[in-house]
Amino acid sequence: MQFGLSEEQILLRDNVNRFLDDHASLDRVRQYADGGDDADIWAGLAELGVPALLVPEDQGGIGLAPLDAAIVAECLGSHIAPTPFLGTAVMAPKALVASGGNHDELLAEIAAGTHRIGIAFSEAIKRRNDARVEVRGERMFGKSLFAFDAEADSYLVADQNKHLYLIAANDPGLKRSHLTTVDKTRRTVELTYEDVAAKCISTDVAVFEATLDIGRIALAADTLGAAQNMLDQAVEYAKQREQFNRPIASFQAVKHMCAEMAAQLEPCRSMVWFAGHALAELPDEARVTACHTKAHLAEVAQFVAKTATEVHGGMGFTDLVGLHYWFKRCGANRQWLGAPEFVRQEAAVLQGLVTD
Amino acid sequence: MDLSFGPEYDAFRSDVVLFLKNNADKAPKGSDLRGQTAKDWQKLLIENGYTCRTIPKEFGGYGAEADIIKSRIIAEEFSNARVSPGLGGQGISMLVPTLLEMGTQEQKEQFIRPTIMGDMLWCQGYSEPGAGSDLAALSTAAVLDGDEWVINGQKIWTSTAHIADWIFCLVRSEPDAPKHKGISFLLFDMKTPGIEIRPLVDMTGQANFNETFFTDVRVPKHQIVGERGQGWQVANAILGHERETLAPANTAQTRVNALIELMKNETADGARLIDNPVYRDRLMKIQSKVMAMRFNELRVLSARLNPGQDPGLSRMITKLEGTELRHDLEGLAIDVMGEIGLAYEDNPYLRGSGSWQRDYMYFLGLIIGGGTSQIQKNIISERGLGMPREPKFEKAS
Repeated sequence: MQFGLSEEQILLRDNVNRFLDDHASLDRVRQYADGGDDADIWAGLAELGVPALLVPEDQGGIGLAPLDAAIVAECLGSHIAPTPFLGTAVMAPKALVASGGNHDELLAEIAAGTHRIGIAFSEAIKRRNDARVEVRGERMFGKSLFAFDAEADSYLVADQNKHLYLIAANDPGLKRSHLTTVDKTRRTVELTYEDVAAKCISTDVAVFEATLDIGRIALAADTLGAAQNMLDQAVEYAKQREQFNRPIASFQAVKHMCAEMAAQLEPCRSMVWFAGHALAELPDEARVTACHTKAHLAEVAQFVAKTATEVHGGMGFTDLVGLHYWFKRCGANRQWLGAPEFVRQEAAVLQGLVTD
Repeated sequence: MDLSFGPEYDAFRSDVVLFLKNNADKAPKGSDLRGQTAKDWQKLLIENGYTCRTIPKEFGGYGAEADIIKSRIIAEEFSNARVSPGLGGQGISMLVPTLLEMGTQEQKEQFIRPTIMGDMLWCQGYSEPGAGSDLAALSTAAVLDGDEWVINGQKIWTSTAHIADWIFCLVRSEPDAPKHKGISFLLFDMKTPGIEIRPLVDMTGQANFNETFFTDVRVPKHQIVGERGQGWQVANAILGHERETLAPANTAQTRVNALIELMKNETADGARLIDNPVYRDRLMKIQSKVMAMRFNELRVLSARLNPGQDPGLSRMITKLEGTELRHDLEGLAIDVMGEIGLAYEDNPYLRGSGSWQRDYMYFLGLIIGGGTSQIQKNIISERGLGMPREPKFEKAS
């Protein structure tokens, strides 16, 4: 029995972290937030094999497991790195492989880091007032809100029947416009479909669910990394900052805030590991665990984000320290692919406690 | 990541399950520490290696090598079968491990066998009115007079003092030494003249604890564990272990499942409580926390089994998070029941034999006992996060 990361997984984590330390510093993230792109970061991660993680070896990938993707997601969240990782390297490969169709060429391009796939799932999670996706024949009409990755080459779109379609970003019927959100470390777009060619990937709800589950776990792992980094920054700041002639880290009021963050966050790490493992190995537990992991990480991270900011005092509120980028990253992860209350309701339905 | 224990342990689990199937009817019901049924059951469990597993045979134990997984399997299967896992109490859980580590051969021979067989019941004399979180500030005095210690002072929270045969007790034997170096660990008979016990009724309405007073209690000099002034190390040899086991996650999971059943069966205006979306969301929130704690415990277990694996803070946070979680969980059950949640003692509308109300209060007790939540947070921030200690006040003189 060994509940933890293998040597290979620790190596993977260390390699990705080392690259991000050098190439996705806060200054680099600020460039992206001010309108720059993430191309060099993604190209560097591609050299490390990150987009190929979940692509099977036969299609030019590495063929690793969901837990490995979660490990990388945690690194990305810790560095609040702008990348198309969630859609391109996690959800799209899962959908394409699970669909059973022949997508060899596309998977090979994903693995090489030369094709980015965005995700437009909002419609299938909860339909919003201003949005609606309709597919008639092989043509798509309507609108998706908050699709992520603004620079994708194609998009994986789910309709309300939880059917999955692939559309090309350069389709003449597609209008893509930027939607500003609080989170400046990743960009979201509105997609308007006016007679867009829609290639059906799957009408099997299980494929949608498998794609959603792995996406939620990757988001939870990203949240884990971001929240852990906020806690680390808070502890470090408290040790340096002096008031009343002593480091504020020696005041119990401050120590207890940090201890509460650590106590709530530590089990989250085991939860993300288990959820990633369950997705591949424990099908009976996987779906409920994915829901709970997504929701629980969102709740703990909300507490950590607020508390870590408070530990920084007034500086935590400024742009100088930049802590707010992590704060907002946690906030965005909380809402993407289902906010906690919706996801917990799913957990209850999955256990048969209520019908819907 | 490998969550299986392997075929050897699967076979061991089958043995435990079979044993329970064939013998569960012999187990005592309830938590009687002194009854003959409980003692007979204890003897049977020791013979089969299902309790006191690693205590050497020469002292009456089963004499097996320590095996964390087997211990866990035993605990899981007894818990699943809702069968008594054998005698508990502070003698077995705290004194016996302490003696095995720090006791003399004579002490081991004299005390371990009768303790584990249930013939010798112990109470713990640690806390005092003036020494709670700051336990090392204890002031119960032991003065050597010839071949005897003469003890004067007061202990508090001495659960089972009223039925105990013996006490293991921390006393100040070296008043001039620094506070952690002036303590000794003594063992003595509760029938010794000069001991007075007053029951301490707590918020549950029961006297789960006592106050114990010592007036010129005379104890033979050799009834000391470790050396004079070494009592603090003797007591701390096993204190950390106590904290981790106060609120295990698999019990919390059993309680969540019981709460789900309650919410499925209980109705308000004819609607099942679980159909109320607010209650249901609170239930799911608790369930996700219990899940996180279960996985945290897997990490603790794994770090024990695989030296070199970094446990992070997973061990340090279990007492704080586990006890707070159980308190919240039991409190949710009371909330969802509305007025029925107030039922107590002999109320005919009691649900779950009143366990929700009892545990709601009991776990508030555990949030405080065994190192308060605030002390836990000091430990986590200082030892876990490397934050500095609060500067100490100079003693007013």
